[in-house]
Amino acid sequence: MSATRAAVPPRQRATGQARDEIPARRGSTLLRHLAVVLVAGLLLLGLSYAVEPFRNFQLATVAAYLCATAGLTVLTGLNGQLSLGHGALMATGAYTLALSQTAFADRGVTGGWLLPVSLAAAAAVTVCVGAVVGVAAARLRGPYLAGVTLAVAVVVPALTVTFDGVFNGEQGLSVPVEPPPLGLGPYFPYERWQFWIAAAVTLLVLLLLANLVRSRYGRTFRAVRDDEVAARLAGIHVARTQVLAFVVSAATAGLGGALLAVLAQSVSPGAFSLTLSLFLLMAVVIGGLGRLAGAVWGAVLLVALPDLSHSVTEQLALSPAAAQRLEGNLPLAIFGVTLVVVMIVAPGGVQGLLSRLGRALLARRPGRRS
Amino acid sequence: MDRFVFLTLDGLSRGAVYAAFALALVLIWRAARVVNFAQGAMAVAAAYVAYGVSAATGSYWLGFLAALAAGLLFGAVVDRAVMRYVDHASPLNPVIVALGLVLLIQAVLGMVYGSEFRPAGTPFSRGALTVGGLALLSPYDLFVFGAVGVVVAALAWVFARTPVGLRMRAAAFAPEVSRLLGVNVGGMLTLGWALASGVGALAAMLVIPTELGLHPHAMDLVFVSAFTAAVVGGLDSPPGAVVGGLAVGLLLSYVSGYAGSDRTPLAVLVLLLAVLLVRPGGLFATVTARRV
Amino acid sequence: MTDDGLLVARGLVAGYGAAPVLHAVDLTVPAGTIAAVVGANGAGKTTLLRTLSGMLRPSAGRILLAGEDLRGTPVEQLVRRGMAHVPEGRGVIGELTVDENLRLGGLWRRDRADAGRALDEVYQLFEPLARRRRHLGHQLSGGERQMLALGRALVGRPRLLLLDEPSLGLAPRVVARTMALLRHLRDSTGLTVLLVEQNVRSALSVADQGVVMSLGRVVTTAPAAALRDDVDLRHAYLGF
Repeated sequence: MSATRAAVPPRQRATGQARDEIPARRGSTLLRHLAVVLVAGLLLLGLSYAVEPFRNFQLATVAAYLCATAGLTVLTGLNGQLSLGHGALMATGAYTLALSQTAFADRGVTGGWLLPVSLAAAAAVTVCVGAVVGVAAARLRGPYLAGVTLAVAVVVPALTVTFDGVFNGEQGLSVPVEPPPLGLGPYFPYERWQFWIAAAVTLLVLLLLANLVRSRYGRTFRAVRDDEVAARLAGIHVARTQVLAFVVSAATAGLGGALLAVLAQSVSPGAFSLTLSLFLLMAVVIGGLGRLAGAVWGAVLLVALPDLSHSVTEQLALSPAAAQRLEGNLPLAIFGVTLVVVMIVAPGGVQGLLSRLGRALLARRPGRRS
Repeated sequence: MDRFVFLTLDGLSRGAVYAAFALALVLIWRAARVVNFAQGAMAVAAAYVAYGVSAATGSYWLGFLAALAAGLLFGAVVDRAVMRYVDHASPLNPVIVALGLVLLIQAVLGMVYGSEFRPAGTPFSRGALTVGGLALLSPYDLFVFGAVGVVVAALAWVFARTPVGLRMRAAAFAPEVSRLLGVNVGGMLTLGWALASGVGALAAMLVIPTELGLHPHAMDLVFVSAFTAAVVGGLDSPPGAVVGGLAVGLLLSYVSGYAGSDRTPLAVLVLLLAVLLVRPGGLFATVTARRV
Repeated sequence: MTDDGLLVARGLVAGYGAAPVLHAVDLTVPAGTIAAVVGANGAGKTTLLRTLSGMLRPSAGRILLAGEDLRGTPVEQLVRRGMAHVPEGRGVIGELTVDENLRLGGLWRRDRADAGRALDEVYQLFEPLARRRRHLGHQLSGGERQMLALGRALVGRPRLLLLDEPSLGLAPRVVARTMALLRHLRDSTGLTVLLVEQNVRSALSVADQGVVMSLGRVVTTAPAAALRDDVDLRHAYLGF
């Protein structure tokens, strides 16, 4: 389908009237993205001072999830591979970070460079795991791929119990993280520091992903998603492309998991259950498959919905046991319903709806169209 | 040697359940080209219905029948109310919708029943009968074999010999032509969903008492094992699902008996990956996968 | 034009997506006759058949079968009204056996005894099928598939048979035999046939009435014999 579309030469310039359809985006994509990231970074910096510590912590959690959802967006939305195993990949990253930080702490090593090194290690180990799964995934399609990644999601958390000598079973590991540098002052809130870390990592990840999506690789990702045969005929190495997409998204999932570990200062298998994998998928679907901006919506929802359901349950007069059951499960139910409804009503997700709305508004503006 | 015999029989009994559950997956896959990832959650919901009915009436059998009826009903409702409206153009869409159903069903069960394990009763003793000092099958194992055997035979008979079975197969293979020949394709699809979900409910009723008990997530690992069984047999082949189920049951029994029960999830994953990488169409595939 | 045909279409507009393929098509097929719709590729012949059998909803116009309006009738009910549609590519279900394919054609019938008789008659009519009862549909040759699809439609004892490109990919001898069979069925059972064909010569050789379509419109309706002899029309629309 789209291969045919792509084969049609661009028709702008053919008529003068079409001139304003030429995207005004000249210049380097990298510079443009860099500018956006800088502006976003400054805004977030301001935000971190404007809101209370608890909100800072929530924003940091959003950032950590965003790492994972952005990667999953690239994999599922752009490359068409469904992964139910990203919760397990996040667990990989989280446990790597925990082991690495513990190893440093045990040897008495300190310094500001420890955390970046551990984060890099988390990404590297997850890349290796992702490559293994990805090589298998590249040979699988649709429901088979979903089944294998589902098995990964169910089995990997169970491994922490199988090898409890290393991973300490259900208890999990604690993650020693250094306090904020003294230069920031003695009363600097720890949550703000966490938010800075998470935001910095996530913005870097988003910058890299945004460039990847706009690059030659992004185009091959989409070509493979739309029509494998056509992509192959166009000289694209389909399997290699799929493995690459899987590895990239595994790396970001690993970083996201590592950030979660930094935030919680502990890791345990319960935090990376199958439900987490489904949550990530839901976030990506609701945000809008294939749009990085959609991943932001999804990550925000992941943090906001449980918070919302907490306040809703508080409003109701319920027995403590019933309230606890409701509070634990209401977000799940809302997620489930949203997933089904969005898939049926608006497969483009929130970002798709917004873009459609935006286009409709633009179209109404006088003088925009001839 | 005694241990080997015991593990073999135990594995076959477990495998019979996987076979039934895998068969349910295959039924829907053949009818609708959807792998129903919500099947475990739907089956657990049916088991909770049985739990409620049994608690109210004091009868295991009334609960058992209620679970089967609820299973049939859930399947029909999921098809009519949800799956019918999903755009099947991309194979991802029904999978994602099924996963949404998983979240929803498990959340509702958790809200209503809480997430503690509830004991599930059995109609027959689970103590193994011993013959000449050798521990063999329990009466409950025999019940499992009997129930699964009856269901498999009944399904085989319906699909191969009855007009409605012919209609269901035709509707699955060629929906448009079937409509031209007067087959109510939508109705056949709903029937297929109902049957599959009923079989899934039966499997849940059989397997839950042998594990930790009733819990919203009770079928998660069973689903993965049964999916593996279906893939081993080839998603398109009902006999393959039965053989695959027995094979997976045996493997898990041996792994858990000789290597420790916490190794079984890993064994399932390894088996699944191995089969998919070596023979993606399954060991019983009749049609070779399309390659470009 | 009178409205007394077995099949009557008036002002049919239908298509896929925004642009209609059929523009106000009128058609009348009298009972007990064979009508052949001919025309170039893309004239809308297959779309016309799909609209008539309800696979495609018309956006305007009416379809009457023996005076009854078919609007709102689901596709699967049409066979109960006496309309059988053999689709392009013939639609043999390859995963089912010959016998199962044939039985499927009569499953909707209440009169089980007559359905059984109709099945036997089809086996007598198409002797090769009787020899291959247990074979799967995809193991058959093109000619056998043609027999099977036609036979499966006949098991339902239709009043009206819609045939899409029955000659596609078949040897001339098989085509001739098919056409002869259609004529035989018309004469012996009063079957009405609407035939869509690229193979204009053989279609017009068997048809009573020829309907020439071009770009989604009916250009001419005339007795088949007259069409065969109208050189201008043939040159303009049929290319021979």
